[in-house]
Amino acid sequence: MLFRYLVIGLILLPLKAFALIEVNITRGNLNPLPVAVSPLSIDEKSKKNLKKILEKENLGEEISAVVENNLRQSGLFNPLNKNAFLQKADIANLKPRFEDWNLIKAQALITGKVTFLDEKLRVEFRLWDVLAGKEMMALAFTTVPKNWRRVGHIITDKVYERLTGEKGYFDTRIIYVSEKGPKTNRIKKLAIMDQDGFNNKFLTLGNELVLTPRFSPTNQMVTYLSYFRNLPRVYLLDIETGLQEVVGDFPGMTFAPRFSPDGKKIIMSFAQDGNSDIYTMDLENRIVERITNHPSIDTSPSYSPDGKYITFNSDRSGYQQIYVMNSDGKKTKRISFGNGLYGTPVWSPRGDLIAFTKLHKGKFYIGVMRTDGTGERLLTENFYQEAPSWSPNGRVLIFYRETKTNSKGEGFSAKLWSIDLTGYNEKMVETKTDASDPSWSSLLTN
Amino acid sequence: MKLSKILKNGFLVLLASFVLTACATQKKTTGQLQGDVYTGSDSVEYLASGVQDRVFFATNETVLTTASRETLRKQAAWLRKNSKISIVLEGHADERGTREYNLALGERRANSAKDYLMTYGISSDRISILSYGKERPVDSGSNPLAWSKNRRSVSVKAN
Repeated sequence: MLFRYLVIGLILLPLKAFALIEVNITRGNLNPLPVAVSPLSIDEKSKKNLKKILEKENLGEEISAVVENNLRQSGLFNPLNKNAFLQKADIANLKPRFEDWNLIKAQALITGKVTFLDEKLRVEFRLWDVLAGKEMMALAFTTVPKNWRRVGHIITDKVYERLTGEKGYFDTRIIYVSEKGPKTNRIKKLAIMDQDGFNNKFLTLGNELVLTPRFSPTNQMVTYLSYFRNLPRVYLLDIETGLQEVVGDFPGMTFAPRFSPDGKKIIMSFAQDGNSDIYTMDLENRIVERITNHPSIDTSPSYSPDGKYITFNSDRSGYQQIYVMNSDGKKTKRISFGNGLYGTPVWSPRGDLIAFTKLHKGKFYIGVMRTDGTGERLLTENFYQEAPSWSPNGRVLIFYRETKTNSKGEGFSAKLWSIDLTGYNEKMVETKTDASDPSWSSLLTN
Repeated sequence: MKLSKILKNGFLVLLASFVLTACATQKKTTGQLQGDVYTGSDSVEYLASGVQDRVFFATNETVLTTASRETLRKQAAWLRKNSKISIVLEGHADERGTREYNLALGERRANSAKDYLMTYGISSDRISILSYGKERPVDSGSNPLAWSKNRRSVSVKAN
């Protein structure tokens, strides 16, 4: 119901201009691009009808607020204050007076129009290059009214892609573990929310401990660890139907699950007699394959996007380090050689980098390295943080961070944070409860 | 000269008292930690009268200490006498490690206790393993002593 229901008609309107503005995203956000997000214009009748359905006073303003917030959060754009806008929304969408927008130093302008017709929400938007005085893009979407926030996210994705040359990551969701209660007895639930924190939903009740949820490539399924009946096992959850099933029939703990990039297999660890090795299970024919066979702890496996390789962490050298092997378990090679311990490797969706957690001299770091282990870069240092997950375009990492308690053991909290691959734009991701183990979905619409 | 001598002596007294206080505080901590393994029994419950329920581990270690082996021998003796009792060995880690690795580490710690109980005649049928990783600390502190109490394997009666 969450994902399949959406009907978005993508109609390309005439488009002629060249890309004149460009945002350089390899250097971080030192000079965010000044952009004016004009409120989308809306006629009185549509406004009234949409208000009845959605209880929003002015849906045009609401959608543009979603876009504005997304752009600001990305760190690459600086949305300008609406009070400075000189031109009315409806006229700006027809033909912007570029001098007016130039005056407030906007380099790009987003305008648009919202209509409600035949029970459908129709949103059109235009992206303008203010300096060149040209239209860069014009698109229209038709959908059911309740998807209005997603329309805002899709508009942001289109703008982001047009201005940076890379796919966006705004029409996405985060699955995570919602936490509450004392540190010694945390109550944990699976929860899902839009990338910007809206539309939060709990997927489990909190009766049993749940950990490490991860999306399938199509975002329909989630694999996670549940302590149902005190038997820690890897489970599958269908987000749409709510159906849950245990993965495989293992005589001991299974954990650290992830999907293969084609969504056909689950890769995970199975612990038996004090030894954890990596296994896969084919979801169609249920065939289980053992991938590693080593007396050390082998866990936290993650496939390369082409499915040919697996990265994982192992303490076979004596300490937790990161390894890469072929997907059949052959040609295992250690790739982390810096000081300290390395864990939770996760392959970038672009294929070129592996993000990880590092523990060195009592501090935890989130970092990235090339898949051969060279070019290690640490992005952030803290008392405790781990478990990075990539945005679908490979530009941003989301992870969780826990606070140090005081001498009485008070003051514990767990929160989600995100950081740009460049190490800039580190910020907390707002959640209603404490949160951990985030996993980023792929784009919901391509 | 005299003044400097007085000062010198005063300094020595000060130094001595400082060393004494330092010893006193250090003793307090070393009293509960050997290396970084917890040696206290204050927070320990009992499997049965006089039989401690848990053993503690060094950071990233799964090796049993001398004290742990003694505790497990007592547990084995008690279990031999109470042959109908089954136990769950709950393995735990401290918060200073990644979640998934710690799940494996907890499992390994519990198995290390299991192997030892088995060498003292307890059948593996009577022992099941449950790793909590770092999910169920007993001490919510963020300091070496708290972490040492949390790195543990606890024998819990299952019936």
